[in-house]
Amino acid sequence: MKIEDIKKEFPIFNNKVHNNDLVYLDSANSSQKPLVVIDRIYDFYTKEFSNVGRSVHYLAVAATNLYENTRTSVQKYINAKDKNEIVFTKGATEAINLVASTFGQKYLKEGDEVLLTELEHHSNYVPWHYLRKSKGIKIKFAEVNEDGEVTLESIKKKITDKTKIIAITHLSNVTGAILPVKEIVELAHSKNIPVLIDGCQSAPHLKLDMQELDCDFYAISCHKMYGPTGLGILYAKKKWLEELPPYQGGGGMIGEVKKEGITYGDLPNKFEAGTMATAQVIAFNESIKFLNKIGIDNIVKHENELINYGQELLRKNNSVKLIGNPKNRGAVLSFTIDGIHPHDIATILDEDGVAIRAGHHCCQILHEKLDLVATARASLGVYNTKEDLDQLNSSINKCKKIFE
Amino acid sequence: MNLKELYQEIILDHGKNPRNLRKTDNFNKDAKGHNPLCGDKVHIYLKLNENKKVEDISFEGQGCAISMASASIMTSLVKGKEEKEVKEIINDFLEMIKEKESLNTKLLEEDEKIKLMCLSGVKQYPMRVKCATLSWHTLISAIDKSQNEINIESKEF
Repeated sequence: MKIEDIKKEFPIFNNKVHNNDLVYLDSANSSQKPLVVIDRIYDFYTKEFSNVGRSVHYLAVAATNLYENTRTSVQKYINAKDKNEIVFTKGATEAINLVASTFGQKYLKEGDEVLLTELEHHSNYVPWHYLRKSKGIKIKFAEVNEDGEVTLESIKKKITDKTKIIAITHLSNVTGAILPVKEIVELAHSKNIPVLIDGCQSAPHLKLDMQELDCDFYAISCHKMYGPTGLGILYAKKKWLEELPPYQGGGGMIGEVKKEGITYGDLPNKFEAGTMATAQVIAFNESIKFLNKIGIDNIVKHENELINYGQELLRKNNSVKLIGNPKNRGAVLSFTIDGIHPHDIATILDEDGVAIRAGHHCCQILHEKLDLVATARASLGVYNTKEDLDQLNSSINKCKKIFE
Repeated sequence: MNLKELYQEIILDHGKNPRNLRKTDNFNKDAKGHNPLCGDKVHIYLKLNENKKVEDISFEGQGCAISMASASIMTSLVKGKEEKEVKEIINDFLEMIKEKESLNTKLLEEDEKIKLMCLSGVKQYPMRVKCATLSWHTLISAIDKSQNEINIESKEF
């Protein structure tokens, strides 16, 4: 599949926005969906629907197999050792909540420390905050530097003998910084500290290899990976899934249920209580196939070219200030314009069909640190082109004119 | 309603050169408002005389053009009005932003109503409604002194 032709695979681009072609630069928020994924949901509901993992009739068996096929595809895509290390959740948020809640319940006590970074999305802070309230744990933040990066050194500085888990983003959704996660995992493991990585922004854009990375937990958001909403993935090393208590109770996650006691099911069912997002899981297999068809190496190359092009374009544009200057930048360009509030920028760009996000991007800690109330953010996906970035730049110029 | 209408001259004018952007001397009522979603902040200062008439009103803060314009227009319109008249104007404005086609209050002149109607453009942009209403909710809070800080995220708008 030629990378230039990819836009054609996404039916949303056939529509006009305010009579203009859609220039979608909000993929860090959520990506658009290729037709194969949309069709798969339709086909499943029209021809193959059944609940999974319960009944023995024809449809139920077929649906169960399809559901488990996605698990195997995900395992291969992220190179996990075992398919049962893949747990489906309702989103990356639930994946992180699952770990914070169960790990906290079993291993954390008053005075213990959880180490985060100042780059974290609220969904990798709030779940830990609950433990601060309920258990009296302490939350530490590794500092971001002036380029918008969190270095190995800044993590090292905040590790103490009370640090019980490190939870960090792989790729900042504001500064675009890619963290040295492998080195951080090595450092943490040398001190017997497990590491959770929030992979929401990295999973759609970088090559993932869980065995090489060796992290303990990795959270993925499927709707940012050209897949359906309502679905996330928690990768966790098998030993953790065996040791951690269940997160939610209900059907599907149990072994034997008696009045006097309950045993829990095998992995990964222990963590998949109730009817899961069956259609979404099955359709997500098409997202993985789609990514594989393009090839992650081609995706990385294409997006790196775009990022470099976009950075240059915006740097040349007077009064536009790029947020962060990481040496290793992912598909995110956050910026401000002197004298124009980001929400005004976003509303004016929207008129040209240019979809960006404005606000704090669920990172209030970082914005406070950078002394910014809000930023505008253009984020890229596999379907974006240099023309999209040219349009962004000319719409920014129009915006400047309105506010002159 | 298109973008041009939303960012009409009046809004851009008030957004770029907000009126009453200062701190009233000897104010006797004040309140702060905050919209954490976009970081807009406003602090309203009110000086009511013994007849409960607005002798002076001003604001300090930062925000987008719409929130600055809204605070600027609001402070210009309520000066000289009695407390209960101010409340009537606020309610009329908030109802207009929410659902009504026009403003019903008899307390404002037609040209004043036109200025306020410029802000009705935000109806087409649900995410921006809070920008237009933050200072108005904060003024209610200053008058009633019910809350020290209005957090618009926990309001209906």
